[in-house]
Amino acid sequence: MDSIRQALAEIVGEEHVSTHPEELYIYSFDLGTTEPHRPDYAVSPRTTEEVQGIVKLANKEKIPVVPLGGGLSLAGIAVPFKGGICLDLKRMDSIIEVNEKARYAVVECGVSQARMCSYLEKHHPSLTHSEPGAPGSATVGGNIAIHGQGDLAQPYGFNSDMVNGLEVVLPTGEVCRFGSCAIGASWFTLHPLPDLGLFLGWGGTTGIITKISLRLFPRKRIRGVGLFVVEDEELVPEIMYKLTQTQMAEDIIAFSQAIPPLVSGVQHFTINLAADSEKELEFKQEIIWDDTLGEYIRSGAGGFLGFSRGLDRPAVSKTSDWRKGGGFEYVGSIMPIEKYPECYRRGREISERHGIPYTVLGRCIGIAHAMMFSWTYAFNRADAETVKQAREALHETDDLVLELGGTIWKPGLYGQKLVIERLDPNTLNLMKKVKQLLDPNGIMNPGNWEVSQ
Amino acid sequence: MTLLDYKYADTIHRCFRCGYCKFPVNWMDVNNCPAYARFRMETYSCGGRLWLIRAWLSGEIDWSNHLAEILYSCTACKNCEVKCPLRFNVDILNMIIAAKSEMVESGRIPSSVKEFLENIQRQGNPYGHSRVKRGEWMEGTEIEPYQGHDLLYYVGCVGSYDDRAQEVARMLGKVLQKARVSFGVLGNDENCDGNEVSKLGEETLFEMLVEENVAQFKKLGIQKVVTLSPHSYNAMKNDYPRFNGSFDVMHYTQLLKSLISDGRLDVSAGFDAVVTYHDPCFLGRWNNEYEAARNVITAIPGIQLIEMERNRDSTLCCGGGGGNFYIDLLGGSERSPARIRAREAHAIGARILAVACPNCLTMFEDAVKAEGLEEELVVRDVSEIVAEACGIM
Repeated sequence: MDSIRQALAEIVGEEHVSTHPEELYIYSFDLGTTEPHRPDYAVSPRTTEEVQGIVKLANKEKIPVVPLGGGLSLAGIAVPFKGGICLDLKRMDSIIEVNEKARYAVVECGVSQARMCSYLEKHHPSLTHSEPGAPGSATVGGNIAIHGQGDLAQPYGFNSDMVNGLEVVLPTGEVCRFGSCAIGASWFTLHPLPDLGLFLGWGGTTGIITKISLRLFPRKRIRGVGLFVVEDEELVPEIMYKLTQTQMAEDIIAFSQAIPPLVSGVQHFTINLAADSEKELEFKQEIIWDDTLGEYIRSGAGGFLGFSRGLDRPAVSKTSDWRKGGGFEYVGSIMPIEKYPECYRRGREISERHGIPYTVLGRCIGIAHAMMFSWTYAFNRADAETVKQAREALHETDDLVLELGGTIWKPGLYGQKLVIERLDPNTLNLMKKVKQLLDPNGIMNPGNWEVSQ
Repeated sequence: MTLLDYKYADTIHRCFRCGYCKFPVNWMDVNNCPAYARFRMETYSCGGRLWLIRAWLSGEIDWSNHLAEILYSCTACKNCEVKCPLRFNVDILNMIIAAKSEMVESGRIPSSVKEFLENIQRQGNPYGHSRVKRGEWMEGTEIEPYQGHDLLYYVGCVGSYDDRAQEVARMLGKVLQKARVSFGVLGNDENCDGNEVSKLGEETLFEMLVEENVAQFKKLGIQKVVTLSPHSYNAMKNDYPRFNGSFDVMHYTQLLKSLISDGRLDVSAGFDAVVTYHDPCFLGRWNNEYEAARNVITAIPGIQLIEMERNRDSTLCCGGGGGNFYIDLLGGSERSPARIRAREAHAIGARILAVACPNCLTMFEDAVKAEGLEEELVVRDVSEIVAEACGIM
């Protein structure tokens, strides 16, 4: 028997390591357009100690390790480009602690977003976390490792800004903690210890995040979504600014899509409101629809399409079926809100040039400090030509993001290359030093963020 | 076979593998697919299976026993179909069954599946016990062979042969007698209902069984059937009509509900216990019947019915469907679905785990023992609870 396989089995148990072609096939894929690469081992650890054992083994044997959460980045970030060990972290799914008074939860990295939501709804109904727009099987660890955002992005920013503490297995096998938990205190704050900032946004190339303390926020008793539309995309930035000035919304998204054709070209806003009483809701509705958006409604430039109570869980995977093809990928960017009109127009051009129904979306992050703007391209998994079209459109869009003055969010290999080419030399040099220091053998998710080359 | 010949060649690539199929309706965990709960590798999720089937049919991977075990570990519980948000969701299980059919056609199936199917072909039951012993369960009872009664009481393979399920089969018979229901059984002449055969992809054997059963029922003039097993109920209700076998079929919990509400069953002796009820997949998700058993249970004085967090269409399958009560690809671990479920029932403070399916009964009996919970949690069939409330036990 393969001695590495044997050693892995001794760490995680025979059932949780596989070299069968079936597991290696499944774990070779991202769900987007990235070409698959087979790992040599698929391993599913349960504890930090098991992760530590695997990483020590991999570092000693110089075997790549690719951490995998929900596998929903769609950008190929967890594709084992250089083989090695695919580390499926979803068995690490304990919710360890919820501190109601200090409003945080300590969870293992593989806890799914949907479980986090339903757990809080049931056991701590006064609290919520910022749920990303991804399917509910996306994990908490994966989301912060790529600087994800969620449905509380407007008041509170990126999900990775909501981290109170981390436990990380370093590429050389040490387990490190960051934040107040590092001095034996509870996991209530990341500050004011010296900022190490080495793991968020690195996509698993500097270590494996195993535990997270995540900030929680008040969950109001009534939550709902209002829908507002305008035809002129030029109005979107000013509307977003005005909405954020009120500080009344939990989430503000503008989007436009080709399907259904009847609303193609229209800019839709979803505005999430929350209140603890009917009086509070009425007050917020008046501020939003009458005082802020009333001028657009009265002039005929915009229309209010209603407010519905309750928040639906994200159903983004429906996009994959638009071409009855089971696939889509998007370029996400972090972009100034003023760029919305150009993002929309240029993105629509790219889609139409490649024969793909356009879908664009901008989610406000912070008090209009930025938006996550995405361009989505559906493809038919059974039709290689449409996959190629989507891939080309994605690459053009990566170029567009930088041309428009934005940054690419969780870029794939093509986007990473573009970013690295533009990085300030001193910043790039520091990244190289960090990577070399933390991962001297280059085992962590190689292929991604290859700053040393 | 190639992808072009596969019935779902135009559809199977549409699975995005978003992972919704792993969740219960209430989203509380990612382990509501019993095989995924057991193994926690993506290959064992519904989406993983669909991608593997496509890869196998397109030649990207070869057939292997491991591939076959991944497919046959699907219990056909329908959680994936209930949860998948995409329009092709109604065909998800059919995609898996069609791939199993291809494996059956070419004889490339796990040995336990082969044995299961051969036993049914030879003896009409998956255990391989003699056909002439099928009616032994009714020895010592006054249950009559079917002879023009109002109802055929169809017991099924598990109720006929499994020791514990036989007790339940006898007890339901006593309850029906107590209610003065006119019913008879087929005894040694009863044959397998075919439900699991169908889910294992053995279409030819399934058709043969159904045709034989339909012919027999018609010959005996049977119009109404009450089944012990939700699996039998499902096949007879949903599949037999395609073979000109349209009978008035009901599951026994539906009949008991009527008998209690009509006053024909007096349950006033009561049953003093905290009870939780496990929804069988072939009654619940397959046939949308969630309330009959609950109505029966709550009609009994003394019972406090409490719900596990995963109930109704969010139920976690016991792991016995798709023939797994015999082929047992999900057993042998504390992560086996039945053991997870037993722990859930125990954790909410139930003393009785009530079931309405002989497959669930046998799975949970073993699970409770494996968990060492025999002193704290007892598995009882709804018919046994009713029997006690009627003063039979």
